[in-house]
Amino acid sequence: MKLQKALVIGASVLCFGATAQAGETFDAVKKKGFVQCGVHTGLPGFGIANSKGEWEGIDVDICKAVAAAVFGDSTKYKTTPVTTQQRFTALQSGEIDVLTRNTTATLTRDTTLGLMSTGINYYDSQGIMVKKELGISSAKELDTATVCVQPGTTTELNLADWFRANGLKFTPVVINSPDEAMRSYEGGRCDAFTTDKSGLATVRTTLPNPDDHVILPEDFSKEPLGPMVRQGDDEWFMVVRWALNAMIEAEEYGVTSANIDEMTKSDNPNIQRILGVTGEMGKGMGIDNKWAYNIIKQVGNYGESFERNIGMASPMKLERGLNAQWKDGGLMYGWPIR
Amino acid sequence: MTKHTSSVPAPPRRRLSWNDPSTRALLYQVIVVGIVGFVVWYLVSNTLHNLSVRNISTGFGFLEREAGFAIGESPVSYTPADTYGRAVWVGLLNTLRVSVIGIVLATLLGTLIGIARLSKNRLVSGVASVYVEVMRNIPLLLQLFFWYAIITENMPGPRQALQPLPGVFISNRGFLMPSLQGDAIDWILGGFGLAVVLVLMIGHWARGRQAATGQIFPLGSVAVGLLLALPLAGWMAGGAELAIDVPVLKGFNFAGGIALSPEFSALLLGLVIYTSAFVAEVVRSGIQAVGQGQWEAANALGLPRARALRLVILPQALRVIIPPMTSQYLNLTKNSSLAVAIGYPDIVSVVNTTLNQTGQAIEGILIIMAAYLTVSLSISVFMNWYNQRIALVER
Repeated sequence: MKLQKALVIGASVLCFGATAQAGETFDAVKKKGFVQCGVHTGLPGFGIANSKGEWEGIDVDICKAVAAAVFGDSTKYKTTPVTTQQRFTALQSGEIDVLTRNTTATLTRDTTLGLMSTGINYYDSQGIMVKKELGISSAKELDTATVCVQPGTTTELNLADWFRANGLKFTPVVINSPDEAMRSYEGGRCDAFTTDKSGLATVRTTLPNPDDHVILPEDFSKEPLGPMVRQGDDEWFMVVRWALNAMIEAEEYGVTSANIDEMTKSDNPNIQRILGVTGEMGKGMGIDNKWAYNIIKQVGNYGESFERNIGMASPMKLERGLNAQWKDGGLMYGWPIR
Repeated sequence: MTKHTSSVPAPPRRRLSWNDPSTRALLYQVIVVGIVGFVVWYLVSNTLHNLSVRNISTGFGFLEREAGFAIGESPVSYTPADTYGRAVWVGLLNTLRVSVIGIVLATLLGTLIGIARLSKNRLVSGVASVYVEVMRNIPLLLQLFFWYAIITENMPGPRQALQPLPGVFISNRGFLMPSLQGDAIDWILGGFGLAVVLVLMIGHWARGRQAATGQIFPLGSVAVGLLLALPLAGWMAGGAELAIDVPVLKGFNFAGGIALSPEFSALLLGLVIYTSAFVAEVVRSGIQAVGQGQWEAANALGLPRARALRLVILPQALRVIIPPMTSQYLNLTKNSSLAVAIGYPDIVSVVNTTLNQTGQAIEGILIIMAAYLTVSLSISVFMNWYNQRIALVER
């Protein structure tokens, strides 16, 4: 009976709590003085705590950029590490203000979960990794194979779709923990391991002999990854959307954290508007006109963030590929700040 | 008050008075039920309100949509083109499969070890004691990881599979055996079923006759005869032909035969070994609860030791054993949800995937709760019925 009582009280407090937080996210964030971001529990390059306990990664950089835009200080954020299964509930319930955790934007997520994708900060695709000793060069040779996969994402669906579309059979082994799933692949329980290609590149570096494993060329899916917010607060939605666009725009115009102070003297009207020298770009969003300046100065532009976390300057050594600027043949196309 | 007590005692009248303890008790109950009802109503309506405010869709309509994901093993046919409802059903069947087989094996192994613990042979009872203490004091999750790692990391790959007998393969893809195929299978199973029914009926009749006349019917040999003869007759009736489906290596995996996957084997092994330690203790305590005098009394009546055990000791021990045994069966069933850790597609694992693809978290959790509640209550009802049946009948 005691336990029941405690449960009932606990549950009702939870529900009251949720009701109290249903107000405007933007006002609530300003009032409490920091942004609460949902991040990965530990994916190198995207969201992971370093040896000093500081969070870093390109997803964490978006969180910092939002903090810089709202408060002029990129350190005014707090992280909540969430698993694939907790992330949407955490955002829906108001536990976090923005989800910056390599999350794929899809129609059903926007329409049935009460969430909205604000933009794309990494174009990924699902791939598959096998041991070199199998001697295969295409996923189409994987008929009857056993594939290790983690639950909680669109990964299982994409895997089944691709094999169905190609008329091939496979047996999935669905294992909850990433470490256990990798161990099963390494131990030979599975012939192949599938997840996003960026993730494959990362886990491959953690294997004893990375060269014994190959990532096959096929793409099982499109995975546009980006930040998400709750529906119902358009102001907050715009801040998150434009914080990302400012980083992409800044890279296009060559504005970096190093040269930003010289760039404020630039004659280019685009750069002047981005950095708040002219115009009142921040006012419409209810934030400081120097919002983009603060982002670039403290976090860097998109290219800097990419290189530092997952590019050639990092252990991941991922190519820019689809994530290059549109002028360089990629898909990164910042929306004009004007 | 004084006036009341001094007068002639009137028959107690039922009145709604605050001083009447039974009225107060009734009032308290009404208040408690009211509060509980209000809290439930509040939680449900608040949840529904919040969900609709946040544009989160609700309802169980998603169960009829195409699931799209594959499931590693299934007792019934399932493809990604089937519905979410079917996928959940497959998950439930997988849970039931491992639970039922687990309960049977854990009972057998546990009873053996429980009896071994009572042995006069020091070695036997010592080994049984160590088994019980070690197995019930290591968390089940660790045992599952242990068995799973042993199977997947120490067994050879499918191409170097061990072949202890022709047609039997052991590899890290599981344990494969040849299976029987052909029309005669149904006839053999039918013959077996008929034999079981006949044995039960003859047993019932034999008990009645023994109670009435004292004559003993040789049930044992008749039962063995029937169980062998009827399936054989079925095989003859079915055309006396049987094909053997031997597993063969095809591509990356074996095809054909019966397969026990590493996930299923590890989960079953872990559940059986862990639960049997508890069952052993239940059985031991049950037997020890029957007084020594019962043995001596049975002996004095001239019953041989085996019949004394079967007719005198066990019926009394069972009364002590059944209630805690029910708890162990329920534990085993619920512990099977640890399957997610090692990748066995039980109901929790399947619903997890479902609720992540559809976002219907509340509905998914409700499904899991309803499924476990139904299974557990069914076990309880059955065990309570059995408990009542063997309970002491006072004449």
